[in-house]
Amino acid sequence: MSRGFIIRRVGLFLIVVWAAASVNFFIPRLATGRDPIREKLGLLAASGGLRQEGVEAMVKAYQAKFGLDKPLHTQYLNFLLNSARLDLGYSLANYPARVGRMIANAMPWTMGLLLVATIIGFSLGTLMGALAVWARAPALFRHLVFPLMTLSAIPPYLLGLVVIYTLGLQLNIFPLSGGYSPGTFPGFRLDFILEVIHHSTLPALAIVLQAVGFWALGMRGMMVSTVGEDYIALAEANGLRSKTIFFRYAVRNAFLPQYTALGLSMAFAVSGQVVVEVVFAYPGMGTLLFRAIQASDYTVINGVVLITIMAIGLVTMVMDFTYPLLDPRISHQRLD
Amino acid sequence: MGGPATDMRQKLLEIRGLEVEFQTRRGIARAVNCIDLTLYAGERFGLVGESGSGKTTMILALLRMIREPGRISGGQVLLDGVDLLKLSDEEMRKTRLAGLAMVPQGAMNSLNPVMRVGDQIRLSMSEHGQRRPAEAGRIEELLQMVGLRPQVAELYPHELSGGMKQRACIAIAISLRPRLILADEPTSALDVVVQRHIMQTLRSLGESMDATVLLVGHDMGLMAQFTQRMGIMYGGKLVEVGTVEEIFSSPKHPYTQLLIASIPSFKSRGEFKGIPGVALSLLNPPTGCLFHPRCPQALDECASVDPSLKELDGHHTACLLYGREGTHAATPA
Amino acid sequence: MDKLSSVFTYLKDSPMLTAGLGLMAAILLFCVAGPLFVDTDAAQPLSVTPRLSPSAEYPFGTDDAGRNLLAVMVLGVPLTLRIGLLAGSVGLGVGILLGFGSGYIGGKVDTLIRGTVDTLLTVPSLVVLISIASTIREEISVEIMALVVASLAWMWPTRTIRAQVLSLRERAYVQMAKLNGMSSLEIIWKELFPNLLPYLAANFAGAVSGAVLATIGLEALGLGPQNEPTVGMTIYWAISFSALIRGMWWWWAIPIAFLAMLFVSLILIAAGLDELANPKQRMAV
Repeated sequence: MSRGFIIRRVGLFLIVVWAAASVNFFIPRLATGRDPIREKLGLLAASGGLRQEGVEAMVKAYQAKFGLDKPLHTQYLNFLLNSARLDLGYSLANYPARVGRMIANAMPWTMGLLLVATIIGFSLGTLMGALAVWARAPALFRHLVFPLMTLSAIPPYLLGLVVIYTLGLQLNIFPLSGGYSPGTFPGFRLDFILEVIHHSTLPALAIVLQAVGFWALGMRGMMVSTVGEDYIALAEANGLRSKTIFFRYAVRNAFLPQYTALGLSMAFAVSGQVVVEVVFAYPGMGTLLFRAIQASDYTVINGVVLITIMAIGLVTMVMDFTYPLLDPRISHQRLD
Repeated sequence: MGGPATDMRQKLLEIRGLEVEFQTRRGIARAVNCIDLTLYAGERFGLVGESGSGKTTMILALLRMIREPGRISGGQVLLDGVDLLKLSDEEMRKTRLAGLAMVPQGAMNSLNPVMRVGDQIRLSMSEHGQRRPAEAGRIEELLQMVGLRPQVAELYPHELSGGMKQRACIAIAISLRPRLILADEPTSALDVVVQRHIMQTLRSLGESMDATVLLVGHDMGLMAQFTQRMGIMYGGKLVEVGTVEEIFSSPKHPYTQLLIASIPSFKSRGEFKGIPGVALSLLNPPTGCLFHPRCPQALDECASVDPSLKELDGHHTACLLYGREGTHAATPA
Repeated sequence: MDKLSSVFTYLKDSPMLTAGLGLMAAILLFCVAGPLFVDTDAAQPLSVTPRLSPSAEYPFGTDDAGRNLLAVMVLGVPLTLRIGLLAGSVGLGVGILLGFGSGYIGGKVDTLIRGTVDTLLTVPSLVVLISIASTIREEISVEIMALVVASLAWMWPTRTIRAQVLSLRERAYVQMAKLNGMSSLEIIWKELFPNLLPYLAANFAGAVSGAVLATIGLEALGLGPQNEPTVGMTIYWAISFSALIRGMWWWWAIPIAFLAMLFVSLILIAAGLDELANPKQRMAV
């Protein structure tokens, strides 16, 4: 990988984050022609929703932080500087909780669920899609295409409701919501970890069900053209084992576009997961966002949006960096 | 290298009554139609025909690689006396490369793009039970045998030129010293100079390993230079078999005659331009001799009698012009 | 007549497209015939007895607020479809404009458009839409909803159409048109466009599906038109009022069933049309 490529890619990442931050800053102001933070503060104070000293402290804090009396471009610059330092300010609805702290609490839940569900859905789907095309695989896999296609079309949060109803309510196997039972004290202990897994199974299942279909369809399309390649035919003519041809020739090559798509799909996956978390009251970023929307807590909304975009941008960038490890054609082109 | 002195007439491959059928929506197409052919150890044999004449299908049938909706519907393929069509799938897999190896048509894309050349050679050998210690230096040796530098082992296919890729494919093909090398238009995608080098490599390798080379193609010039004997295919049938001299100087079958006549005048190189008449439909073949609708010398009985290969002054042809014979197949060509 | 019969031949060969169109026809029939049989006023709160499970009188049951869910679906399914069609059309329209521009003009225009699209695709669109929708929450109507969703629905069409134009551009007939002195615009309109039609139709089905998906996502979070009985808002109310735990399965299961039908129909249509546009890719089952 050339240094030029790395610099360009990191630059792209920074541009995305900058653009996201700017959208966050300008949209509320452009869309409504007013400052939602100030408005919200006034509203809260008027309705007595906040203790008086809280409002005072907050207004002061905001004036100091954002210089709300200063011209727009100064505010913008300040906002960017604070965002760059990951200083996201205070929650409007839960003062004096800091947005950064709230997000830091929610982040591991979301990342954990997202990573596990994506890895399972991606690997399972890729394998099933590959087997659906492989002539020597059981015919069962060929017939799975239609059910998988149906699953892939339905958003995971809707599947989630069905899953809760059947496995959670009717069969009572898994807890319906939350990240762990109310009485448990979080900590790095086996019983707590098991409980988290128990609670995460249903939301993960909802995501996996949809993801499996999506990835299986993608892989299937890729495999159809890969098995027609000359090198597959020659591998067979050279008497390689069927298993070797399947994994090291067909799947290995059909997998490459699949991996690229994985990077692109992260954004999509997060979008779906936000709602899944709400449906399951799972203590991640999605639920945090949902509560913030309900309470018109703009600082939290902005913070979650910014951090999510940064995190996904980071993941996509890492995937771009790892791609040349999978495809020699890329790394060598870049080396030249 | 250099094998022991061999009897040039020792039979290596005997094909008897080989048939391949394709089941299509509009009926059954017989792509390889009752082929009888014998190849001798160490010889270079050329198989010629238009596209669709069944020559590539026949190669795939020898390797037992006919895919659905096609199937081998009859016959025998004896390699050193063993009927390949009776082997189990696993025995057949082991016979590929070890007994009969393939040099592919489209070398541009015939190597796995994500695996180093050396690894691909090593994999082919290890999948046939070749132990690692025995391989030490063998890969480099193989690369040198096909005219590549040993360092090529460390490269990926996209770093090779078309000719180098084809050489790498040949290195794999000879890695287990097969008795029979099937080369299906091995130089079709290459330029003329590279073509010549590849053919020279194939020839010298065949001679040094005492392997039989079955070359498939439609370039009559290339065939004339490279092979010793030739077979002409039309519509899935073998219509003429003879030495290169016989085929070129006194072709017997009218189709062969037209083929020779259609070669451009500068005799050494050239591809045929086609024969007048409507192309053959395998789904709806004519009765009698398949060629009779296009044949300038067709007799009345050609429409009803399907001739089989018959010996004529040392070489074989399937044509009624040279006398009628019974339905049974003539002596092996 | 000849064209029509070839359409039927194709439908016979493509079970996916047939099934997709059949499902879509069923949904449309429900939308059109529904108001003739159902009093749509009952989609408003407090119009019928609340919390009734499905019965002969209320086949889809009633919700907490006293809405007849059949009436809600009769009104809501077309509303959701309308948002999807509007947003999908805008998304595809922008996609066609940028995709053709990018693919045909090439050069710096192409670099810029492609870069922007590839960058925006890595941004979780729902999260951005949430940030937009939450600031204009009170003003959201069906049309504004469609526009919000459309604002991020054009990237994928742009990307795929660009790729298609790039490959078509090199084909012989386009080169011929160029040699014959046709202008770029003429070539796009007369040569490229007709060849891409099935492909664009497939893209449209995909764009509509994506738009409905985003809409439902926003609505399930409560960021939809508050006073309209759309399918997504129905799901939002069902979640908000814990329909799940209270055993009111019809409240959430029926809208989900409609959405599932809609999504499956759209994906089948898109896949079927894709085959039509790209016979080589025809799935070899």
